[in-house]
Amino acid sequence: MSEEVKLLKGNEAIALAAIRYGCDGYFGYPITPQSEVLETLMEQQPWDTTGMVVLQAESEVAAINMVYAGAACGKVVFTSSSSPGVSLMQEGISYIAAAELPALIVNVQRGGPGLGTIQPSQADYFQATKGGGHGDYHLIVLAPSSVQEMVDFVGLAWDLAFKYRTPAMILADGVIGQMMEKVTLPPQRRRRTMEELIKQCPWAVTGKKGRDKNICTSLELESDKMEIINNRLQSTYRDIARHEKRYEAYNVEGADYLIVAFGSIARICRKSIDIARERGLRIGLIRPITLWPFPSEAVAQAARGTKGVLTVEINAGQMIEDVRQAINDRAMPIEHYGRLGGMVPDPEEVLDALNRLLINPTK
Amino acid sequence: MELNEIIRPENKVYAKPRLMNSNHMHYCPGCSHGVVHKLVAEVLEEMGQEETAIGITPVGCAVFAYNYIDIDWIEAAHGRAPAIASAVKRLQPDKLVFTYQGDGDLAAIGTAETIHAANRGENIAIIFINNAIYGMTGGQMAPTTLLGQKTATTPYGRRVDLNGYPLSIAPILAGLDGTCYVTRQSVHTPAAVRKAKAAIRKAFENSLAGRGCSLVEVVSTCNSGWKLSPAEANRWMIENMFPKYPLGDLKNV
Repeated sequence: MSEEVKLLKGNEAIALAAIRYGCDGYFGYPITPQSEVLETLMEQQPWDTTGMVVLQAESEVAAINMVYAGAACGKVVFTSSSSPGVSLMQEGISYIAAAELPALIVNVQRGGPGLGTIQPSQADYFQATKGGGHGDYHLIVLAPSSVQEMVDFVGLAWDLAFKYRTPAMILADGVIGQMMEKVTLPPQRRRRTMEELIKQCPWAVTGKKGRDKNICTSLELESDKMEIINNRLQSTYRDIARHEKRYEAYNVEGADYLIVAFGSIARICRKSIDIARERGLRIGLIRPITLWPFPSEAVAQAARGTKGVLTVEINAGQMIEDVRQAINDRAMPIEHYGRLGGMVPDPEEVLDALNRLLINPTK
Repeated sequence: MELNEIIRPENKVYAKPRLMNSNHMHYCPGCSHGVVHKLVAEVLEEMGQEETAIGITPVGCAVFAYNYIDIDWIEAAHGRAPAIASAVKRLQPDKLVFTYQGDGDLAAIGTAETIHAANRGENIAIIFINNAIYGMTGGQMAPTTLLGQKTATTPYGRRVDLNGYPLSIAPILAGLDGTCYVTRQSVHTPAAVRKAKAAIRKAFENSLAGRGCSLVEVVSTCNSGWKLSPAEANRWMIENMFPKYPLGDLKNV
C-alpha cells in the first residue's frame, strides 16, 4: 500500500496507522468512545495481510498484560482504551515501565471520576504525566490535536518507545477520537523479520537460541541492586526530558496574553486567538505536544513580556500546575479556565474567560 | 568393590537436568516445587525444546523459577500469566509456551485470565501447583483451602459462612471447549512423579502442536504453611486433599 488520503475518524486513523507502521499486535477491550480502534482492526483483518495479531481480551487488565508480553518479546504492540479502562491498566503500565519495555497505550479520554460520562475530557492529565501506576516512572505522553496527528503520533510514539525502551502514551480525547478529518496515511511498512527483531532487541524473550537465557522481570529483592535499576530508569527519563520536548507555538511574538492548551482544546483556542486578533487583541498560544516531558522552557519563554497566562483544559485545572512551575513567577497572573462533565468550550467562551480572569478581573 | 570403581560415567543412571542450574533454591525442604521444577527441566531437555521454550512465572513461591531453570522467562503480575502466555504464543506460534502458577495466582486473582485463556483455546500449557495455601506471603487462606483447614487468615479453620467453599478449578477448565487436556497429578511418591512427568510432557507437546489449552494441576504439599513435617504433610495431603481433589485425567482429547 502506498501513501493514501482518506476521510477518517480519529479512532479509525489510529488503527490504520498502526497496521501501516508494521505493528505486530493489538490487544484491547471495548469501551466508549474508542471502540472503533478494535472494530476497525477486526474489519481490516491484518492477520491475512501483514500477519498482525489482533485479540479482544477479557478485560483491560488482561489486555495491558498481553501488551506487556508482546513488548517482552520485542514486538511492536499496543492497546487502546478510555479513562476507566486506562485506570484498570495502570498496574500493567507500571510493570512495562519497570521492565524497560517499549509499548504504546492510547487513551481516548472521557469524563470522570468513576464511570463518569462518555463525553470528552482531559481529566487524565495527572494520571498520564505524573505516573498513574505505582513506583517512580514516567511515560512519554503525546497529545494529538487533529486526526492527522493521531496517524503521525502512532509512529512517533513507537519510535520513541523503542529508542528509550519505555512505554509511550497517546493522550487523546473523545473529540479527536470521534471527529472525522481528511488525513494522509503513510505507505505500508513491512513488519520486522524475527532476525531483524533479535538484532534490534537482543534482550527480547524469543527462546534462548545461540545465547544465554533472557529474563523479563520487574522484581529485584536486593535493595542495592534495585536502587541501580531505579537510577537507570531516572537516567532514561532525564535523557528523554533533554531531547524530546515538543510543542507548537502560534502567534506568540509580541503577544499581550498567552494561552496554554493541548489536544482538541488547543484548536478551539486558535480560533479564539484569530477572533481576538480581528478585534485588536494579541494572544499567543503554546500547545504542548509532549505533555511529559513538559515543554517548560517554551512556556516560560512565551509567557515573558505578557500580562498574563490562561490555561484552557477540559478538566478542573491539571496542566496549570506544570505551567505555574515552568513560569515560576509569582507576579505573573496565571489562571485556569475549564469545562467539566463532557462540556467543551467554544471560542467566544474562551475569550470571555480571558477577559474575566486576566484583562478585567473582578476584584 | 571400592567406591571409586562405582563412580564412573558408564555406571551413571541419573543426573540433574542440564537446564537446572546450581543456584541455591529458596524453597522449603519437603515442598513440591523443587520436584516439579526438575520435571519441567527434564521434559524440556528430553523434548529438545530448550531453545523454543518460553515460561511465564507467577507471583507466589514460584516467582523465582526463572533463577533455577535456564530458558527464556517472563515474570507476570499476580494472576496474569495466562494472558501473557496467550499473547506470547500468538505472537510466536512456533514456541513452546507454558505458565507455572500457584493456587492464589491462578484460582483467586487470576481466575478470569485462566478461564478465558483456556476457553479461547490458547495453545499454552498451564502448570498449576495446588497446595491449598498462600506460601510466599506466610500461609494465608487460598481459594483451594479445605473446609476446617487452619491458615493465617482462617486461624480457627475455614468456615463456609465466613469464607465460602474450596474452589475446584480442574473440572471447570475440563468443561470448556478450548481445553484439550486437563489432569490432576501429585509428586509424593516415585510412581506419582513419573506420572506427573508424563502429564507435563503431554501438555508441552500440546502447546507445540497447537492442540489447545492444557492444565496440569499438581496437588502439592506446603509443609511450612501447613506446619507439618514433610512426611506428615504427605500423609495429610493423601487423607485430606485427594478426596477433594482426586488425581487422574479429567479430559484428554
